[in-house]
Parts: sequence; structure tokens; C-alpha cells
Amino acid sequence: MIQFDRFQLANGLKVLVHQDTTTPMAVLNILYNVGAKDENPTKTGFAHLFEHLMFGGSVHIPEYDEPLQRAGGENNAYTTNDLTNYYCQLPAENIETAFWLESDRMLSLAFSPKSLEVQRKVVCEEFKEHYINKPYGDAWHKMRTLAYTQHPYQWMTIGASLEHVEQVNMEEVKEFFFQFYRPNNAILVVTGNVKTEDIKVLAEKWFGPIPAGKPYERNLPQEPKQEKNRSLDVRADVPMDMLMMTWHMGGRFDSGYHATDLLTEVLGGGASSRLYEQLIKVKQLFSSISCFHFGTIDPGLFVITGKLVKGITMSVAEKAVLAEVEKMKTELLDSKEVQKVINKTESMICFEDMSIMNRAQSLAFYELLGDAALMNEELAKYLAVTPELIQATAKTIFAEGNRNTLYYYSNTVA
Amino acid sequence: MALDRTTAPNIKDAVDFDIQLKPCQQYVLDNGVEVHAFEGGAQEVMLMELVFFAGNSYETKNWVAPATNYLLKNGTSTKSAFEVNDAFEFYGAYLNRSCYNETATISLHTLTKHFGELIPMVSELVADAVFPENELDIYAKNQIQQLTLNLKKGDFIANRHIDEYLFGIQHPYGKYSTEESYNQLTRDDLVAYYNKYYKEGKCIVFMAGKFPANMESILNKYIGVLPLNKNKIELPEHAIIAATEKKYSVVNDPSSVQGSIRIARHFPNRHHPDFAGAQVLNNIFGGFFGSRLMSNIREDKGYTYGIHSYLQNHIQQNAWLVSTDAGKDVCRATIDEVYKEMGILRNELVDMDELKLVKNYMLGSLLGDVDGPFQIIGRWKSYILNGLTDEYFYNTIHTVRAIQPEQIKALANTYLKEEDFYELVVY
Repeated sequence: MIQFDRFQLANGLKVLVHQDTTTPMAVLNILYNVGAKDENPTKTGFAHLFEHLMFGGSVHIPEYDEPLQRAGGENNAYTTNDLTNYYCQLPAENIETAFWLESDRMLSLAFSPKSLEVQRKVVCEEFKEHYINKPYGDAWHKMRTLAYTQHPYQWMTIGASLEHVEQVNMEEVKEFFFQFYRPNNAILVVTGNVKTEDIKVLAEKWFGPIPAGKPYERNLPQEPKQEKNRSLDVRADVPMDMLMMTWHMGGRFDSGYHATDLLTEVLGGGASSRLYEQLIKVKQLFSSISCFHFGTIDPGLFVITGKLVKGITMSVAEKAVLAEVEKMKTELLDSKEVQKVINKTESMICFEDMSIMNRAQSLAFYELLGDAALMNEELAKYLAVTPELIQATAKTIFAEGNRNTLYYYSNTVA
Repeated sequence: MALDRTTAPNIKDAVDFDIQLKPCQQYVLDNGVEVHAFEGGAQEVMLMELVFFAGNSYETKNWVAPATNYLLKNGTSTKSAFEVNDAFEFYGAYLNRSCYNETATISLHTLTKHFGELIPMVSELVADAVFPENELDIYAKNQIQQLTLNLKKGDFIANRHIDEYLFGIQHPYGKYSTEESYNQLTRDDLVAYYNKYYKEGKCIVFMAGKFPANMESILNKYIGVLPLNKNKIELPEHAIIAATEKKYSVVNDPSSVQGSIRIARHFPNRHHPDFAGAQVLNNIFGGFFGSRLMSNIREDKGYTYGIHSYLQNHIQQNAWLVSTDAGKDVCRATIDEVYKEMGILRNELVDMDELKLVKNYMLGSLLGDVDGPFQIIGRWKSYILNGLTDEYFYNTIHTVRAIQPEQIKALANTYLKEEDFYELVVY
């Protein structure tokens, strides 16, 4: 049970505080309600590039990192399709430094042309390192484009192409900032050895004077129900064939979300999971296989992907995966398998909650979903999942027509 | 009064923090196995790690040590690999194993309430792993596929080569796997290695988190009865045979858009008096986000997504490395800038302000690093395995606090000379 206090500033900034007196440290986490899904389809990769620019100096402070490091702190950030999150950890006594830095860059960035020019290059190198200079690096790009025809989850956070990132100009940067990086579009969480009264004073002092922005009304194109299976053949200079299959699933608020999560555990969680045991060990069709889901706020994808053992044909591998999937639709889990996935989930939640950093990020995320207290209700929601619900969810997700398959062939001659 | 946003709030300098490494409890089981335990934390979770002196320094045939470590949970005389995995995963526990150079470990992360159910299984793995032939075949086949894939990646190739140049292909720190090494593994190799280095091997136990009430007696019942620590395990001596040629360029994939750069030299182990000071110099040079290499090569020039320097953490002998992936057309320029930064550190005194920032950063991170039971036991483990005590921890803090620009410059003149470095680019 994670206890927290919550208050809101007049400009709309939501603030959450979780006290833990056993640590000498504190974490300040700030989540902006903007992700790659909010980008213009012709200017993808923007939210992530923007995350880089947030470290290029703010209106009163030329360098973000330096004063934080001087206060004994460390920081980082990440961008997903749904959100952008910034966090720093430092000795609790120096928490005001984090308030000073974060509030100044919410007030306004410096919008330095040099920073834009350099970060464009850095992001292009990041793009190359992770998505071009790597075997199968383009697989997710292709899969997203195949599975989504309307919804902006069709592109990755890094961007649909290098050109989009290369073309970004300063006017667009400013517009994006003043649209999304406003107090009423953010959630601030402080965890660690701090007191709520002190945080209230600091929040008012540093964030209180920042004007609210125009409320952002998200109106994203929704993905129509997929009626027919789709597939794509890819040939590339990779050492072995890879099969990647996805199915559309419900979003974070869908009543089947927790059952879906458990379904991925049954199929792909660990070396005693069904896919691992059947397809790697017993049938020896795959050298590696995994099953997971996007965990996105809007309807995401349920994924099974693996690399084939040399000599095994794609159709044999695909049939074997589909047979395992079919079993989830036709057979109920026995009570031991249900107990197992529940135990795993309970354990995962406890380990995740160990650090004040994770607690801060979870509180921010659940607050974005509507209420940070939801964080403490998660285990009960998993406990309420029945074998019947898992089966019903499997029937919905693995319905005929809902599937997208990427056949990624090696063109290396064996 | 308007808020002054240009002036930083007052801070307590991290150099003034009282940083303590909390002591851990020690006891010896009936069979002579040492236990180091740190109890604490808010969550009802715990960690048990069994460290065996079974790293690849002890193997006489390539890859026997990692294969034995990997497969020791793939079946006992009464349970299949599936049943072993299922037994741990049923309770939501994580059983991991890792093989290093000197040591190899089995670790268990679990909710405290399930520990009693799981420790008999861990004990069974140490006493009764059987290494089924079929499991070895699947392992070898799948590892060869994984290797084939990794060999497509420039950074993987670069990491293998640079270690080979520094230590030699026969040395535990320099050797690596090949398709042949997997094909030549036999079940007999694994069983013999297991019997000698696990079943009747030398073991130290590390525990952290929230413990069940009768921890020591549980450990005695399941670990204290095993035939461990009976035989003397001598660490074989391995000569370091470094390459004579220092500069290398390897083309792995002609269509590659980046090059993987490694620049490295030998460096003493943690017992050397320069080790702590060199950590400070390393941080200034390339050890964190605000380092000179990052500021210059990423933040000023945009040649790379990231560039880092670090000291390895080997027991016998270390290396000091610079590592980055940079755009193909700027690899040479990146390397030149690395040497230029070395030159500046050799020739100019570091500014007091920059030095203070680095000291604060290091000590602030250290304060965070010794927070939490798993972190605390991890640090103790590292000291114990390196033959150090907490005196090392406090001496390091003292060195970081006290070091002056002149000493940094002297260290740079000893260790950051271009001619001492191996240099490799893999395209």
C-alpha cells in the first residue's frame, strides 16, 4: 500500500507526495501528458526529439544537468507513445534544486538554435544505432504500419523516418512547447525523505507563478476494428527467419486489460511458460520466443515473436504458435496455472515498489490514468480475474481477422 | 518580491554528507559456508545469492564454466527442466544464474513468505543437477543461433576484440565463445565441472531484504548440510598476453551506418593506491552525463548518442575503456577528440569548480547507491570477493573529498597517454 498526499495548484498542476523516511534520497518526477501519439503524422519523432531539447537550457538557467550534478543528483527522461516523463534523484536535503530546475524549464526553454541543431544530430545517431545498424531493427516500424491504419500508434517514438527529425524547425519547437509543456498538462510527484508541507511551499514558490496553457483536447483517430488478417513479407540480411504476430487488444481502461496481462504471462512469462516449453523445448521450432503486450492507454497490440530454428519453415512455426493460441480459446486454465500467474503478479508488484524512483513513476502514471490511488488497487484487479475471463479475453483477442503477421526472412544462404 | 530564478537555491554539498555503509551480519553454517546478511527494506521481499568459485578462470575447455552455470537448473534426478522452472515460477520467484571470470552465482529473488518453499529447490540444484544430454543439445543449438545474430552487430564484435587485444584469447578476461566451442561441449565436461566447483565447491552466501524468523536454522538445514568447502579450490594463474599491435579497424558489415569505437588500456585492480583517484579522473573524462567526452562529442558536436569511459571491475587486472557508437563519417573525428580531451587533462589543471561538481555528483550517487538492502549487500559482496573491507569504502570517500587538481593532472599524465591505448573501430 503506497500512501500519498495530493493537491493542485491554481494553474492546474497536480502534485503528489509520498514520504519514505528510511532513505536519505528524494525523487522528483514530472510527467507531461504528451507522447508520440500527439504528433502530426508528417512530423513524427517530435515528442522524443523534444525530450532531448529539454536538456538544452531553460530561460534563466543555461545548463540543466550541471547544477543538478552539483547538488549530488542524477536524472533522465523517456518518451513513449502516450507520455513524456522526466525524473531526477538527489539527496533529500537538496530537493529545492530540482524544483528550481524543473520549474524553469516548464516556464520556458531557452530555445537555443545550437541545441536544436546538435540534438537533431544526436537523435539521428540514436535512430541509426537502434533501428538501422541492428539486425531486425526495422521490424517494429513495419509491424506498426501494418497493424495500424488510422491510430498514431502506427509510428514509433523515434519517428517514422530520419527525414522527419532532420526537418524540425524552431517555430515548431516553440509551438509544441507552449501547447503541451504547461502546468495544467503535467503531474508532479515527489517521493522520498520529504514532508508534504514543505513540498507544498516549494511547489507554490517555484511552479505557482507559471501561467496555465490552453487545455489540450486530445482527439485522436481511432483504429477501426480489423476484420481481415494482414501480413507482410520482409527479406533482409539477417542470420535467421523471424516470425512476429500481433493482435489488437483493449486499452488500459478495457475491462479485459488485467486478463490480457495474465494471458501474456501464461503464454510467455518465463521458462515454464507454454510457448517456451512447447515451442523451444518440446518441438524445438524456435530458438527464442516472447509474448507481451503494449500496455498502452489506447488499444494496443498483443505480441508473439520469435526466431526460428534453422531449417524450420515459417508455416510450420506459425501453425505451432496458432495451435497454442487456439488452446487458450478452447480450454480453461486449471486452478494451479491461475494461482501461478497471480503469484507472479503479486511478486512483480512488490519488487517494482522497492525503490522511491519506481514509486514516483507509478504514482504519476496512475494519476494520468485518472487517480493515483488506482496503483493500490491493481493487485485486487488481478486477483479478480477468473479462468473464464481469461478464456473470454483470448476469444476476443485471437478472433479470426484480428491478426497481423510479419514474416521476416533471412536472405543469407545457409 | 519577484522570484529570483537565476540564482540556484542553497545546497548542502554532497562532500559534506555523512555516508555510511551499513554493516552486515556474518555467520558460518555447519559446513563452513560463510553467510553475509543484511536485513532491511519496507517490502516483504528478499534475495539469496550463492557465490561459487566457478567462473571461467577455472575451466580447462572453452565455455564449460558458462554452460554449466546456465544448465544447472535444467533438470535434477527427480525433476525435469520444466518442473524446476515451474517450481520457482509458481511462487513468482526469480531464479537466476550468472557466470563471471572468478565466480559464478545462483540467485533467488522471492517474496519472503515463499522462501521456505523455495530453498529446498535451491539446495537440490546445488546437490543434484543432472545436465540431461537433450538439454545440452538444445542449449548449444540455440546459443549458436544467438551467436550468429550477435556477430552481425558491430558493438558485440568490438567488445570481443578489445578484450582479446588487452588480455589475450587464452585469458579468462579475453576469451569468447565460437560455434566450435558450443559444438565441443559434452555432458561429461559439465558434470565433472559441476561436481568439482558446485557440488563440492567453495561457496559464500549473501542474503538481503526481509528475512523469515528462523533464517539461520533454515540455511543450516538446506545449505549447511551440503558437502561444500571441503576441498581447496586454487585459482589457476593466467598470464596476460596483450597484443603488440595497438590500432585496429575491422569491417564487419560494409553497409553499416555507424562504427563501434573502443579505446582501451590496462589498469591495475582495486588494491592499487591510484584506483580511487582514477575514478574521479574518469568521471571528469567520460564517466557521467556531464563529463568532458559527453559535453564535447555528444552535446557540442552531435557525433554520437552516447560516449562513456569506465574502469572495469575485474579482480586480477582491469582496463580503462572509452566506448561509443558514432556516425561512420565522424568516427575518425570522434577518436581525435577523445585523444584531445586526454591531452587537455594531461596539460591543464582541472578547474576547481568542475572538480567540485564531479565530487558532489560522485558522492551524491554513492549516497543513493548504498540505499536499499539489495544495493547494500551488493556492495558488501563486491568488497568481500575483492578481498576488501569497508575500510575501502571510507578510504574511497576520503580520496574523493580530498583530491586536488594537481593530483588529477598527475594521474592523467600517468594513465591517459595516447600511446598506451589500444584503438579499435568496427564498421
